[in-house]
Amino acid sequence: MSLATTILRSRAVSALTSPHGVDRYLELVNPMWAANEVRARLVDIDLEVDVPGAARVATLTFQPTSTWRGHRAGQYVQLGVELPGGRRTTRCFTVSSPDSKPGDRFTVTMRANPDGQVSQHLVEHAKRGTIVHLSQAEGDFVLPDHVPDHILFITGGSGITPAMSMLRSLQRRTHRGRITFLHYAQSEDHQIFKDELAEISQQGYGIDLHLVYPEAGGRNFSPMELERIVPGFRDVDTWLCGPAGLVNAVTPAYEGSDKLRVEYFKPPTFSGVAGGEVSFAKSGVAAENSGDNILEQAEAAGLAPAFGCRMGICFGCVAIKKEGTVRNVLTGETSSLPDEQIRICVSTPEGDCSVEL
Amino acid sequence: MDAIRQRTVAKLGDEDAAYIRKIVKWQRGLEVAGRVGFYVPPLWPAAVASLGVSKILDNMEIGHNVMHGQYDWMGDPGLNSRVFDWDTMAPAENWKHGHNYVHHTYTNIVGKDRDVGYGILRMDPDQKWHPYYLGNTIYAFLLMVFFEWGVMAHDLEAEEVFAGRRSMFRGENAPVWRKIRKKVSKQVLKDYVVFPLLTGPFFLTTLAGNAIANLIRNVWTFSIIFCGHFPAGVASFSIEECEDESRGHWYYRQLLGSANITGGKLFHVMSGNLSHQIEHHLFPDVPARRYPEMAVEVREVCNRYGLQYNQGSLFKQLATVYGKIFRLSFPNRTKKADVAATSVAQQAVAA
Repeated sequence: MSLATTILRSRAVSALTSPHGVDRYLELVNPMWAANEVRARLVDIDLEVDVPGAARVATLTFQPTSTWRGHRAGQYVQLGVELPGGRRTTRCFTVSSPDSKPGDRFTVTMRANPDGQVSQHLVEHAKRGTIVHLSQAEGDFVLPDHVPDHILFITGGSGITPAMSMLRSLQRRTHRGRITFLHYAQSEDHQIFKDELAEISQQGYGIDLHLVYPEAGGRNFSPMELERIVPGFRDVDTWLCGPAGLVNAVTPAYEGSDKLRVEYFKPPTFSGVAGGEVSFAKSGVAAENSGDNILEQAEAAGLAPAFGCRMGICFGCVAIKKEGTVRNVLTGETSSLPDEQIRICVSTPEGDCSVEL
Repeated sequence: MDAIRQRTVAKLGDEDAAYIRKIVKWQRGLEVAGRVGFYVPPLWPAAVASLGVSKILDNMEIGHNVMHGQYDWMGDPGLNSRVFDWDTMAPAENWKHGHNYVHHTYTNIVGKDRDVGYGILRMDPDQKWHPYYLGNTIYAFLLMVFFEWGVMAHDLEAEEVFAGRRSMFRGENAPVWRKIRKKVSKQVLKDYVVFPLLTGPFFLTTLAGNAIANLIRNVWTFSIIFCGHFPAGVASFSIEECEDESRGHWYYRQLLGSANITGGKLFHVMSGNLSHQIEHHLFPDVPARRYPEMAVEVREVCNRYGLQYNQGSLFKQLATVYGKIFRLSFPNRTKKADVAATSVAQQAVAA
């Protein structure tokens, strides 16, 4: 930590900038100056996949502020962008570059998801120089300090990114053990990191690479197929990341084994149907969605969330909706954004919904 | 009213985000300029003015409005009602309860809205007279000068403490005090210790400058706020007539219980657009810069239904407020008759 950062984080400076905090002043001078917050400048965009008719995939390189503490391969970061309309929206993306140190550049590889405003915006519209907001790296889907001799990665679709970050880190550390890399993609054209993987597989301590395209004749995952590629796979340290279908297929094969580590990429839920279940994440309570507003449903479930006017004006009851669709009873608007702040006294869930209460 | 709200909310976007960021930039710029100006003695008056204006912007157009959740839709933590705190003595948490919830829900219901007299003044003829109120004008003057301290103490509910229904420091007041102590010590340390010390030989002039900047802000915000609910012609309500109130009646009460101040664009910005108190009370969570355009539609609705739309110049409204503060120090001559316009509005409510 530099002297400037030490001073900026000191109690003296925070006393002078109270109650707003030093970052609220620094950002007005230069968005890349920060004492506590993390921001980054987009320095490069490389297209990975550009197949007509398919969502484009790009690798974005970011220069973070000096407050970035670095990441361990496999971790993700919450990335917030200012979308047109003045709204900042935040999504999680896995870091695709190898382990980084404080202040180091890193990359994020993302598909321009047709339903995803953030990835669409970044891949299709963002320009070099764009400033994004970041969290520190999060997640424990990482390699252990002592890397086992044999590692197995099973990935599907965009689940390849954390595995790729780990693989790149192992390359950099000149890991000499055995690595098996099994990946399922839509087709060869959609396969990202193809050339890099091919190159790594041909190096001295290369990887045992299996790229499978079920829609183009490749076989779907089966435990027998895995046993053929990696005999005794249940005793091999395995990192699994991909869509729900793949995770559901692989997990039972490892039952009773403690070698499997899973990172789940949850598909967004768009229900819009009444009924379903309302769950309160903090208290672990869940109940059938009665159609009442979330405040009333929480109270009916025995919780006592903070509230004020109960008519949507005082913001005393704002809570974070983790997932699901809610309807604002004042405006009739529905919204399905995850991790969204809602006024629970004027929001009714449409189908399944999870609120942090 | 719902339709007006919805039309405006649909328009919110880049323009509003750019506007509030521009105001924040001006506020921070003026603040830094003011603090730096204290190092150059001949600039002292300009530095005080600059800091005073910065504190007004922080208090009104930024603090008050951001803490109403007007900019929550932007998703910017720096402009979020749950995170934001302002450069005054009142801790955000306490204020949001007393203001956003109590005042905005029960606007002008005598006995429920604690902003009617703040527990220390007699601002409505329906408040029972007591010899204590002979000092109404003096209390109002002191409240004006020490307004930020008054707002800070608001949630301690002094009237409940004096009536013996609440302990000053314990019980319900304990968490309120905890937040006050934390916030006030930071504010005092900043304005009256650290910044003056940093200017070394100019310690006393900086100290005085900071105090005067706070005073400027106090007098200004007091004036704007008192003109929002207490000029002649503003209606008050009884608890009984607001029982089982409909949404329509709630709008009706907000409309008749508030008053606007006319003025130019800069005046509206400096008042945090609380010069459009009526629109603010109808739509407290809509970015305040939209109130002038909403006012056109609200007035049209008022004309259509023959409802009073109370507005006047700052000086006219202030004069009626001061008149009322003075008159209400004494017992009512005949009940309500001395505040004629109020009873007219109340008849409208009854009708």
